[in-house]
Amino acid sequence: MKEEEKEINNQKEDKTPSAKEVSQGRRDALKAMVSVPVLGAMAYGVYRKRKAESTLRDAAEMSRFRTDVVPYSPPSPDAEVIRIGIIGFGIRGTQLAQGLGFATPEYVDGLIQQSKINPENTRYQDFMEQDDLRVMITAVCDIFDTYGEEAVLAGANIHREGVGGTLGPKPRRYRHYKELLAAPDVDAVVIASPDHWHGTMAMDALRAGKHVYLEKPMTWTVPETYELRALARSNPQLVFQLGHQNRQIEAYERARQIIERGLLGKISLVETGTNRNDPNGAWVYPIHKDANQKTIDWEQFEGNPDRIKEYMDYMTSAGLLKYVGPESREKFSLERFFRWRCWWDYSTGLSGDLLTHEYDAMNQILRLGIPSSASSSGGVYFFKDGRTVPDVLQTVFEFGDKEITMLYSATLANQFSRSRKIMGHDATMEVGNTLKVTVDPQSEQYRRQIDQGVVKLDEPFYTYLPGQSVDAVSTATERYFAERGLLYSFISGKRYNTTFLHLKEWLDCIRNGKQPSCGIDQGFEEAITAHMGTRAYLEGRTMYWDKDKEEITRE
Amino acid sequence: MQSIHYSKLQRYALFILRVLIGWYFLYEGLAKVFTPNWSAFGYLMDSKGLFASFFARLAENPAWLEAVNWINIWGLTIVGLMLVLGLFTNIGYIGAMIFLLLYYLSHPPLLFAEYILPSEGSYLWVDKNLILLVTVAVLMLFPASRAISFDSLLFRKSR
Repeated sequence: MKEEEKEINNQKEDKTPSAKEVSQGRRDALKAMVSVPVLGAMAYGVYRKRKAESTLRDAAEMSRFRTDVVPYSPPSPDAEVIRIGIIGFGIRGTQLAQGLGFATPEYVDGLIQQSKINPENTRYQDFMEQDDLRVMITAVCDIFDTYGEEAVLAGANIHREGVGGTLGPKPRRYRHYKELLAAPDVDAVVIASPDHWHGTMAMDALRAGKHVYLEKPMTWTVPETYELRALARSNPQLVFQLGHQNRQIEAYERARQIIERGLLGKISLVETGTNRNDPNGAWVYPIHKDANQKTIDWEQFEGNPDRIKEYMDYMTSAGLLKYVGPESREKFSLERFFRWRCWWDYSTGLSGDLLTHEYDAMNQILRLGIPSSASSSGGVYFFKDGRTVPDVLQTVFEFGDKEITMLYSATLANQFSRSRKIMGHDATMEVGNTLKVTVDPQSEQYRRQIDQGVVKLDEPFYTYLPGQSVDAVSTATERYFAERGLLYSFISGKRYNTTFLHLKEWLDCIRNGKQPSCGIDQGFEEAITAHMGTRAYLEGRTMYWDKDKEEITRE
Repeated sequence: MQSIHYSKLQRYALFILRVLIGWYFLYEGLAKVFTPNWSAFGYLMDSKGLFASFFARLAENPAWLEAVNWINIWGLTIVGLMLVLGLFTNIGYIGAMIFLLLYYLSHPPLLFAEYILPSEGSYLWVDKNLILLVTVAVLMLFPASRAISFDSLLFRKSR
């Protein structure tokens, strides 16, 4: 091979360029530009690719929203302070107090300890950074002394310090919730009692002129549901919020917008459920060592006589006495006190405790209203600990007007993850903290995109990742990260606790006279729906809703 | 002065290698330019090995993350342009090597490291970032790769 050998570093310092050198210069200039067409090729490639992607985005109609989800606005530092009474300081009451920014010094120490052991555990930091809601806890009530005293300490821990920190003024502890409701220095109450007390306490609070945040389910008996609604409606100046914090989940609001625009096509079936597989998840809560007949006011625990009568009337008339008890209501029992959810005598079972979460989420997204009928089945299949409420429950609700069936399927003895699915003729939406929409192969709405290959059938067509302001068709990688929770802290560097947001909404409404997202009407729908499911299970037959008479009927 | 002689084929091969690496960087940059809200967050959070906490801290600080995003988006694009055109090639080479070194250090193919982002091959200690890093070093050390470049024109004329 006889190649022309060439020197690269040929910068010669001749003073006058010869003709040969001039032509050499031209050749060098041309040569320098040899790679410029490469940029043209790149530009062409990028143009083609972008065009294909924009077609894809056009198809992804659902990624565009009319409105952005309401942004978080911190409470005003000079907002009027609301004085709060907390009724019930058990598991949920403690969490609600934390949502308000109050925890016992021991709890704060625990958080500090956890963050020391595991620097990735940011719960302490999150709690300290949680915005001040401008509330004061002036009154607490719990019928177990230890809880009552803990509530006092939590309410006084205004600086969120550990043991030995400076406490603020202690809230007054009341032995009876009615005494708390009579206190003039209470503007609003947070009720986190067992289910059999929910309706009664909420009604007494409204009668006492207090705003109410009530834990779900709204009621224990059917008759009190109407009574509470009537009372709340006749006191519109008092803000009533039912504790379904799912109302604050941004993804649900997005889901609602997608569905309202008909992007799933005609929806025929909704599948929800609960899977848990540990004693705590099955309500076998620990029994406190200090609990005994002296430290617990059993008489108050038993319940309100009117409610008990309503309960017994129904159980007797429907031939369901085998579900009452088995122990007598008067008999002191630590199991029944701490694990009350296991007995109908105090509880609403899976229906009131967990179905209500699923139903309210779907009612929020699909505006379902009260079902036209409910059928249930199940039983006590795993936790043979003397409970009367089932640990496996399937309830099927028919929404006749909307032509939608909602299935609720639960077991407390398996925790396989089943996503909530909203199934439409054109697509299926899976609802969690992220949203996934998968196009149906038989879709008519998306026929063209399917044929063009724009929509791939084997992967979600649209994924909503919280915190992204623009919902582009996300990449597999992004989805991968989101599903593992890695993207959440990306939202704004701060993750909000939904209970905090739900309480905040209630307080905002008290201050500016607006209606909260889970008010009395949503609560009424939730309670009636749950009662229909419960009655269908207990009676072993389908329950119907007479819309005109607003009554649960058997035919 | 020692003069080094290259065959035409050698020069073309080095030129093509430079343009291809440039293309790779340029498109990596442009792809990010055209991705709305592109962020290095996930990639940084997925870092393993000795420097994982450093990269995670970068990701968690919004101001730093913004800088990292900007540097990646525009840095890759500019480095790509430099290598394709052969303009300020040495700066381009150094930039490319810094990027590759950081990518290598943030995702070292360690014995037991598992990344969320699945890699397209199987690696142990040596991965494509490292190989590319050394390739760029070789290009930089063999000036013949600049035979066909704006640099050769620019620096000739300026004299």
